[in-house]
Amino acid sequence: MSDFLRSFLTVVWFGLAAILIAGLLLWVASLLRPSKPGREKLLTYESGVDPAGEGWSQSQVRYYIFALLFVIFDVEAVFIFPWATQLERYGTFGLVEMAVFVFVLLLGLVYAWRKGVLRWV
Amino acid sequence: MSWLLAFEVPYWGQSVFRVLGGLVAVLLPAGTIVYVFLFKMMSFMQSRLGPMEAGPYGSLQLVAEVGKWLQKEDIVPANADRKIFKMAPVVVLLSTFLLVAVVPFGPDAWFTNFETGIFYALAVSSVSVLGILMAGWASANKYSLLGGLRAAGQLIAYELPMVLAVIGVVIQAGTMNLQEIVVAQNAGSIFGFDGLGNPYIITQFVGFVVFMIAIQAELTQTPFDMPIAESELVSGYMTEYSGFRFLIFFIGEFATAGVFAMIASTLFLGGWGVPFAWFGWESVDQVDNWMNFAGPVIVITKMMLITFLVMWARFSYPRFREDQLQRFAWKVLIPISLVNIMVTAVFKVAL
Repeated sequence: MSDFLRSFLTVVWFGLAAILIAGLLLWVASLLRPSKPGREKLLTYESGVDPAGEGWSQSQVRYYIFALLFVIFDVEAVFIFPWATQLERYGTFGLVEMAVFVFVLLLGLVYAWRKGVLRWV
Repeated sequence: MSWLLAFEVPYWGQSVFRVLGGLVAVLLPAGTIVYVFLFKMMSFMQSRLGPMEAGPYGSLQLVAEVGKWLQKEDIVPANADRKIFKMAPVVVLLSTFLLVAVVPFGPDAWFTNFETGIFYALAVSSVSVLGILMAGWASANKYSLLGGLRAAGQLIAYELPMVLAVIGVVIQAGTMNLQEIVVAQNAGSIFGFDGLGNPYIITQFVGFVVFMIAIQAELTQTPFDMPIAESELVSGYMTEYSGFRFLIFFIGEFATAGVFAMIASTLFLGGWGVPFAWFGWESVDQVDNWMNFAGPVIVITKMMLITFLVMWARFSYPRFREDQLQRFAWKVLIPISLVNIMVTAVFKVAL
């Protein structure tokens, strides 16, 4: 197997190690801890009073527009990273190209700003 | 590590060593940070002594805490989504372990040596958001749901300045491989003076500041701790957790703080290296073997410095409001880091 694939395999081992260590600790805890469930104890916590309504209450997701902007800028980052590693080779040409790209994105941010979507309403 | 292992130890043996090393690299910083900063430094800043009973100066307090948490009942609320509720803390811990896999600790002491190391680190660091959202949703608790949603909003907002701050470093080093970034800093020189190497904290100071603010927010430490704001949301997404599952969240939080600090020290403070000019090395091949043993110590020292800054801010400032947090990310940090990228690129091409 190539070193590249082996590196990723190491990542898999690390993930498994995390799950294993958590499972092991929880198993040890399950041997030691008491388990006396009761109706009151299993009630949803709401500052000591009986919970009103359902726990999965409808709440306004205020930042869906931020999520959209996030996708845009995250894709931008994906494009900038390879450029950043090869900047020395591209020289002035790459610099100008990326300046145009970043400028267009900044325009987008300024547009969103002007439209008032960057406010937490 | 591979210099030690390449000859006689087969791949599975190397993997076992690596995983054990990873365990140490996650749990040791987490314990140290909790004891030194959360117990002691916080106490001193608040004019009290902190834990003093368990062991000399309370140094065994952590052992006592783990012993205590092991005996606590594990309560799953009746309304909760049981499976997801139980999975969530493990996902948070998983994210930490995936993150530490990429940190280099010496010329040969690495777990994985990805060409796209920093890119991978930024990607897996977002996995913890999934765990937090799962916890917030599965608890079926209003506080938890609000906390989880706040956490998601905050983490995506501060992911961007972090990514953009890292790009400045990538431009300067010309590589995304963390090992090569370390070498580029230590083999570098500032205007021909190589006694310090070229730690990017000097040439990328703006990027460093943006990165530090962003990791403060990613770690939900205090000026940015709305997701677990005690005075509003009890404990946010952790409200319904008890017993050892709560402790796993807690370990995950501080282990991630340690790993992020290691990545910050790798990117901006020269990582495991000392300036190569001190010993007359010119490339990574000439670095002596003892650096494989000194490297981890150097990384941990730099990690403690960075964590000190994070904790200092944590204990000094009151909490932001949610709208201030979003405004700060989008209207201050992102424009600054975009300008930083362009300025860095201009200097890179011009010089």
